[in-house]
Amino acid sequence: MAKKSNKRISFQEWVEQNVWGLVLATALVVSVGGIVEIVPLFYLQNTFEDDVYPEYEELQGVRPYTALELAGRDVYQREGCYLCHSQMVRPFRDEKDRYGHYSLAVESKYDHPFQWGSKRTGPDLARVGGKYSDAWHIQHLRDPRSVVPESVMPRYPWLDNATIDGEGMIKRLKAMKVLGVPYSDEEILGAAEAVEGKTEMDALVAYLQVLGTMINFEPGRDYRE
Amino acid sequence: MQAKQQYNFEVVKWFAYMAVVYLVAGTGMGVFIASQLAWPDLNFDNPYISFGRLRPLHTNTVIFAFGGSTLMATAFYVVQRTSGVRLWSDKLAWFTFWGWNLIILGAIITLPLGLTQSKEYAELEWPLDILIAVVWISYMFNFIMTLSIRKVSHIYVANWFFLAMMIMITYLHVVNSLSIPVSMWKSYSIFSGVQDAMIQWWWGHNAVGFFLTAGFLGIMYYFVPKQANRPVYSYRLSVIHFWALVFGYVWLGAHHLQYTALPDWTGSLGAAISLAMIIPSWGGALNGMFTLSGAWDKLRTDYILRFLIVSLAFYAMSTFEGPVMASKTVNALSHYTDWTIGHVHSGALGWVAMVSVGALYHMVERMWGTTMYSVKLVNLHFWMATIGTAIYITAMWVSGIMQGLMWRAYDEYGNLAYTFVESVAQMHPYYAMRAIGGLIFFLGAVVMLFNVTVTIRRAIAKPSAEMATAANI
Repeated sequence: MAKKSNKRISFQEWVEQNVWGLVLATALVVSVGGIVEIVPLFYLQNTFEDDVYPEYEELQGVRPYTALELAGRDVYQREGCYLCHSQMVRPFRDEKDRYGHYSLAVESKYDHPFQWGSKRTGPDLARVGGKYSDAWHIQHLRDPRSVVPESVMPRYPWLDNATIDGEGMIKRLKAMKVLGVPYSDEEILGAAEAVEGKTEMDALVAYLQVLGTMINFEPGRDYRE
Repeated sequence: MQAKQQYNFEVVKWFAYMAVVYLVAGTGMGVFIASQLAWPDLNFDNPYISFGRLRPLHTNTVIFAFGGSTLMATAFYVVQRTSGVRLWSDKLAWFTFWGWNLIILGAIITLPLGLTQSKEYAELEWPLDILIAVVWISYMFNFIMTLSIRKVSHIYVANWFFLAMMIMITYLHVVNSLSIPVSMWKSYSIFSGVQDAMIQWWWGHNAVGFFLTAGFLGIMYYFVPKQANRPVYSYRLSVIHFWALVFGYVWLGAHHLQYTALPDWTGSLGAAISLAMIIPSWGGALNGMFTLSGAWDKLRTDYILRFLIVSLAFYAMSTFEGPVMASKTVNALSHYTDWTIGHVHSGALGWVAMVSVGALYHMVERMWGTTMYSVKLVNLHFWMATIGTAIYITAMWVSGIMQGLMWRAYDEYGNLAYTFVESVAQMHPYYAMRAIGGLIFFLGAVVMLFNVTVTIRRAIAKPSAEMATAANI
């Protein structure tokens, strides 16, 4: 195909005439950025705060979700809540005043997948746990505008009518354990009983109420370098 | 009829027509969900059409159904034209066509049912993810094999961009979708928290950088010179900008995670490379625009060329806006707001959709050996698309910046000046305005579908002598 000539050709000339060379060169060039940015996150010691500050006991408070909370988290994913609500408080004064302490990496270490979100059509939910009563959440999910007139959130009446499948939760906890979430055998076997008779509404509220509550922050302590 | 044997345009025709259909479907869905944000009663208390389930369907339809069909149509068209050979395998090309449409059908069924991995632009559950990988590789393999049997010595520049896009999307899709199945339609990502976030945005920004940019630059490098009937402005610029773009884009994902729990070095690195990316991005935009040097008058009469050139203007604008938004100071304000949505749409509507539309009109005329049924309707579509996009992005600039400013405002006593919901209430007029801008863009797409359908029907009904010769061009 290529014209034979004695002149040395440049690399560019060569790849333009050699499809497999072009494939290989491109495949290498496009892999660099991902390797540099992603791979270190798995082994560098400064990714998780509890590795950097093992002496801070409050960081040990992060635990796996209970079966009911995990069921609620699955509902949260299914309904696409993450499309309008972030779960990631940034270290700014206004976000501290509005939402609370900035989020730590260790707080979402059991989140498969993460739910940090990218948009705040509604407010951030990273620290919503404990801010409102269960009754408020239930009323708000059934009809958001009955408690917040300006809200544009959809109503979720169907959550009251659906019950959580207990056997399904056992499978889900088992899958999480395979991924490294430290569930005990009792928790897994007790998952069906833990969600017995609970509705999706109960589960979602349980999940919302635990968000951001696992760490008891020490006032004045900085967790980022 | 010899032309028919030389190239396989049959499969390209189907991809091209489906692209127009999906443009209408995807933008129509967008208008509906935009209206839901302005008038929440449009959720109708029905789970299957609530915003949270339809928004992924909107993004999947516009990116993968419309964008994907366009990329498959154009890559298969360009690779045959610039290599002087027929596709390596007809059967594999048809497999790609039916497989891709089956995936889209799967998305239309599963997403409203709430079956989702909840990773943005990668929502589809694991069985569909496996199918995507298989069909995508069939597309890439056929493309590479066609290049390997080409009859010309050099691989044309458009094909470099298509190829880089195909390779990178394979990496991204496979790594980001790694998950363990719990049941047929439920799985959990094998990554968690901070690592999952970084991998997701490595995917997320490169869905933009490769699927929606490198691939569409491939389109630009073939269709702009063809439609203008002039050579590409600078070969040297295209070489530099190609390697810089495909090397650099990969790093940008981290700028989505600045000030989050992601280690600071990663976010800052992403932001720094983002700033530098303006050079290769503008290199491409200028190379396309300068191709028209000395022939700018063609814009007065050639409406298809207008789509192509205005798309480059939007491309240049959004690739300027992107680095600005990635800088830490601006990102602190713009992140989480509608400004991001506006930025995405100036790229998606102004650049991706417009360049696609230009290429699709061009291909319809060439492949069916005819001219558009109505040039006036092409012109009408052009203005509807341009005005719709302008209204959309202006509304989102205003609402996004207003949100960012309201959230961080303090009163004289040192308290937050506004509650969150006050910012929501302020958004209403802009959400309505965005829906109207989107509606105008959508109606333009309907005009295109009508015009294309009539053009094709007429061409099929009256196969002229012209058609046989035109197909040889």
